[in-house]
Amino acid sequence: MDKLVPLPSLGFIPERDLGSTPILDIHHLGVEFGGLHAVDDFNLIIGRTEIAGLIGPNGAGKTTVFNLLTNVYTPTRGVVLLDGVDIRGKSTAQLNRMGIARTFQNIRLFKDLSVEDNVRIGLHNAFEYSLGSALFRLPSYWKNERLAHDTALGLLSIFDMQSLADKPAGSLPYGAQRRLEIVRALATKPKLLLLDEPAAGMNPSETGELMENIRRIRDTFEIAILLIEHDMNLVMGICEGIAVLNYGRIIAKGTQEQIKSNPVVIEAYLGRRGEAKA
Amino acid sequence: MSVYTTILRQIINGLQSGSIYALVALGYSMVYGIITLLNFAHGDIIMIGAYIAWLSMAKLSMHPAFAILSAILGCTLLGMLIEKAAYKPLRGSPRISLLITAIGVSFLLENLSQMVFGAKAQVIPSFSNIPSIFLGTIELSGTAVITLIAAAVSMLLLTFLVQKTKMGKAMRAVSEDTDAAQLMGININRTISFTFAIGSALAGIGAVLYCSAYPQATPTMGSMLGLKAFVAAVLGGIGSIPGAMIGGFAIGLAESLVSAIGLSVWRDGVVFAILIIVLLVKPTGILGRPMREKV
Amino acid sequence: MKQAYKKIPMPVRYAINTLLFAAFLIIGVSLIQSGAISKYFTKVLMLIGINIILAVSLNIATGYLGQLPLGHAGFMAVGAYTAAIFMTRSGLDPSVSFPIGLVLGALSAGIFGILIGIPALRLKGDYLAIITLGFGEIIRVVLLNIDSVLGFKLTYGAASLKSIPKETTFLNTFLCVGIACLLIHTMMKSRHGRAVLSIRENEIAAESCGINITYYKVLGFTASAVFAGLAGALYAGYLGILNPSSFGFMKSIEILVMVVLGGMGSMVGSVLSATVLTAIPELLRAFSEYRMIVYSLLLITVMIFKPSGLMGQYDFSLSRILEKVFNRKPTRDTTNHKAGDKNG
Repeated sequence: MDKLVPLPSLGFIPERDLGSTPILDIHHLGVEFGGLHAVDDFNLIIGRTEIAGLIGPNGAGKTTVFNLLTNVYTPTRGVVLLDGVDIRGKSTAQLNRMGIARTFQNIRLFKDLSVEDNVRIGLHNAFEYSLGSALFRLPSYWKNERLAHDTALGLLSIFDMQSLADKPAGSLPYGAQRRLEIVRALATKPKLLLLDEPAAGMNPSETGELMENIRRIRDTFEIAILLIEHDMNLVMGICEGIAVLNYGRIIAKGTQEQIKSNPVVIEAYLGRRGEAKA
Repeated sequence: MSVYTTILRQIINGLQSGSIYALVALGYSMVYGIITLLNFAHGDIIMIGAYIAWLSMAKLSMHPAFAILSAILGCTLLGMLIEKAAYKPLRGSPRISLLITAIGVSFLLENLSQMVFGAKAQVIPSFSNIPSIFLGTIELSGTAVITLIAAAVSMLLLTFLVQKTKMGKAMRAVSEDTDAAQLMGININRTISFTFAIGSALAGIGAVLYCSAYPQATPTMGSMLGLKAFVAAVLGGIGSIPGAMIGGFAIGLAESLVSAIGLSVWRDGVVFAILIIVLLVKPTGILGRPMREKV
Repeated sequence: MKQAYKKIPMPVRYAINTLLFAAFLIIGVSLIQSGAISKYFTKVLMLIGINIILAVSLNIATGYLGQLPLGHAGFMAVGAYTAAIFMTRSGLDPSVSFPIGLVLGALSAGIFGILIGIPALRLKGDYLAIITLGFGEIIRVVLLNIDSVLGFKLTYGAASLKSIPKETTFLNTFLCVGIACLLIHTMMKSRHGRAVLSIRENEIAAESCGINITYYKVLGFTASAVFAGLAGALYAGYLGILNPSSFGFMKSIEILVMVVLGGMGSMVGSVLSATVLTAIPELLRAFSEYRMIVYSLLLITVMIFKPSGLMGQYDFSLSRILEKVFNRKPTRDTTNHKAGDKNG
């Protein structure tokens, strides 16, 4: 079963990424919970500046894939190469430092801390100084804290949130919390950003803005983005490659056109959401 | 006396205290299973039970049978009262708040009884004079026999209650998933209250058995007893009824073996060392189920 | 608006706070020397200082790290016995051996913090509470029995370790209070402190922000132990006699009451409630009999009616108040003042 033969794990890779190593190369990824295959034989590659979408009905195992990629759950089988490096056995924190950042379906902000502190925690590894410099307020503390402050405000300005910097994160409206989670993830300087239902709970105009911003983030930071989303307008609007998951297995992948016209997908997923497709 | 009889005697001692630990551990386990609260006050319920037994026999000169009944009944009511007054208002609060409250209740009971009854130990008259039984050369004290039998019967009744009755089914449902149980029409408040009542009644039985082995009541007698029973519950796997029994007997035996080899001052240390080792090697205990946080 | 809000530069803030603290020490010492503060009251003040250090140190683990260790008295015992044994055995003049004893007490408690923290912090919630309780009790049992096992006189067990030089004074106690509060403040207002707070707020999110949560949990826990050890060392020099029974579970809970009442996560809250809860039973003798009953009722009522404690996570800052005075005009500042936001 678990052979290490390169298999057709191809997703869709945009032309501009074709020449370089893919940022993420997943072979036969799988996990079992008590005999149940939550994710099975998952194969996917994502280009360095690709925006890719992972869709599928509820309970298909999409978030589990994110949890496997960030080692919140440990895979029972499979190989994942991040920028050509095997990520097996790396902790969640190490994986973040290697370049994977994520947001959460059920928002996980540091609610009692200020918006700026949330971003600064994301900048934890970007501006380092020793505990000693902190305790005795040595120059490297002041320098790095100032840099972290400026960088945090700069990142918040992506979503025009600088004025909220001093507010407790938990007091923000829902949509702003989702945006703050994206900013916090970006602060960790990822090469690959995983967004778990970024548009959930947003109204159509907010979603439209979010699409613009996701594209802009990709262009500015030149990173790859893999997103889970139920909102078909968003997926079809910005995703270059799409993979469809059902019962823990990929049932189709390719470009938007290929997915839209794939009869298996229509039956398993889009068929039940006729209006979304139309 | 031969080494053989010494060892056997210690094993019987261990089984006797082990069955008391097991009864108390069951209370911890049931409460933890249903509201994930480590009920620190559980050990102090035993202490109150001991004082009730002392009051009714030494002060009110009641018949021992009534004293036993009033101790068990008193513990049951106290357990339900604590749940209603202190824990119910905190349902849905962070677990750390609930735990701190439980510590507060435990301290309140200890200090109140110290104020009312004094710090000095009160001697409890013996419940009955049961002659010892001899198995060959080994003497089995009457209290040991009664303790083992009473504990076994209580555990059998409890197992029947949890596995075969409607209330037992409700208890299992609530501990599995409180919200889902509520949606299925189970009265959560009544189920939780009932769980506390049963757990505290077991503590009451434990109190009576404990007092027949060590016939005195002190304000702090419950805290160490409670902690050790909790260790037993963790060792067996918290939330598991057979686990609590296994854990109770294991702790009782370990203690009496440590005493047997002449290290009785280290007895408490050994119990806590067992706790630490279990938590580090298999935090779910012998029969516990693993839990996974949903991300 | 925000830009118009003048801020006092940090060095000035530190200078203001240092001056105020120095003034407090000078006034205190001169009042004691002139006899305006009685011997007895001075002792109460020292005890208040020791309890403040205990409360702010437990607050690191409980308020900032969000864990509930129940063996804090164990670390205090390690610090107390280390300092006491060093002072009675080193043969140095007490004025020399005491400061060294303070440092050694803090360090040895810190080492215990690391040794206990690494295994204990793998567990969460109730399990962490109970395992630290277990470690605390083991420390006490060991202090009680180690002499009879090893066969020499070290802790003197239940017979008490006696004739420790009584070197603790108002001045050195409150210098330690100042140092402890300052170091905790500077740690919490840094990337290290924010990492600790992020673990309290959401462990999984903290991990996915690249924070090594094991490291920062142990760091917070160890810092908590270090200052508990410092308080223990002061306590040894305050009492002059040590018995393992003063470092039981009861003591851990007393410290916890102070932290909970003050508001978990508020250093000022810890300082205030340590002061009040130490002073009241000392000054009102009639009350001290009911002290533990009141403590336990406080724990329960605070949890039911005001779980955030008296101060919530608010941290008082004198310079922030000065800023407000300077910027009197208006901008209603609705910013919530958050944990670790304190100055000096």
